[in-house]
Amino acid sequence: MPVSSNNSKLIYDALKECDIRLVSALPETWLVHLIRMADDDPEMILVRLAKEEEGVGVSAGAHFAGVKSAMLMQNHGFLASINGIVSFAHLYKIPLLMLISYRGTFGERDPWQTQGGNVTEPVLRALGIPHFFLDGIETVKKRIRQAQTLAESSLQPVALLLTRDLMWEE
Amino acid sequence: MLRIDCVRSVYPELESSLVVTIMGAVAAELQSLGHRPNFFYLQHAMGLASSTGLGLALCLPEQRVIVIDGDGSLLMNLGTLSTMARYRPKKLVHVVFDNESLLSVGGFPTATSTGTDLEGIARASGIPRVSTVRNLEEFKTAVSDAIRGDELTTIIAKVEAKGPAAYVTDLALLENRFQFRRHIQSLKK
Repeated sequence: MPVSSNNSKLIYDALKECDIRLVSALPETWLVHLIRMADDDPEMILVRLAKEEEGVGVSAGAHFAGVKSAMLMQNHGFLASINGIVSFAHLYKIPLLMLISYRGTFGERDPWQTQGGNVTEPVLRALGIPHFFLDGIETVKKRIRQAQTLAESSLQPVALLLTRDLMWEE
Repeated sequence: MLRIDCVRSVYPELESSLVVTIMGAVAAELQSLGHRPNFFYLQHAMGLASSTGLGLALCLPEQRVIVIDGDGSLLMNLGTLSTMARYRPKKLVHVVFDNESLLSVGGFPTATSTGTDLEGIARASGIPRVSTVRNLEEFKTAVSDAIRGDELTTIIAKVEAKGPAAYVTDLALLENRFQFRRHIQSLKK
């Protein structure tokens, strides 16, 4: 599978350096290595969800407990989480670090992913969610740390879009 | 059976737990009995109270966590039962008041009024201890046993579709949220 194992490791190590101790996730091709790393790590609480919106509640509970968390999801999972983001994370000022695999953009071969690719950034903008890309190995560590810092200081959801350039090798 | 009588009957036992409720009637009723810093009322995001309780319970495994859910909210997030059952935190108690109605928005009947069986769904999802209670004595016993027990428990409490006169209280949402987190951090010291 041409999902980059090395770059997934870069991302995972950066999350650990930010003291992330809980990760919620729903499997998606680009996230398989990240989820396996979380599963193999005895220091990490991995919560495998039925639907991504649950992750908003799980992360809120972790925040109340004083535990830093991250959400791993596909952009369609982000779209499925919007009510939770608005009526919990925004309403109650809950920091969320959302790592969203940005499917359906340039280079996408799966027809079923393409519509989500069109609307991801406009929806993030409409929701007023600060977002940036993870698109090169040099900036992964810094951007994850910056995103996490902003989520914690602003008490709001912040999104990092995991791009094909970083996640896919072929 | 009235929900407020149920809540009143176990109110003293809530003191040493973290309590997360859904929005609307039950949040107002619990506050009418007396707000405490260990109570968090999720005044929207229907379905996510149990997910919040799960996050708390996984991060604080020694801490008793009680989620007060409702049929309308649970039906919006049935997947939560499978996620809770997957990790089955030992000190998580999930109480579901089932009035077969979306009472807070005008009383529209939910699917539990036409036969959907939340106890059966919870059991089949893998929740290790599940029961349905229909009177106050049964309710009090089931909740007390679950609080003293050491196993993830879902209790379906069949109640009448009656609520308080008003839903908005004088506790601001953010005040509640910051107080709740601060209370939990104070427990760690």
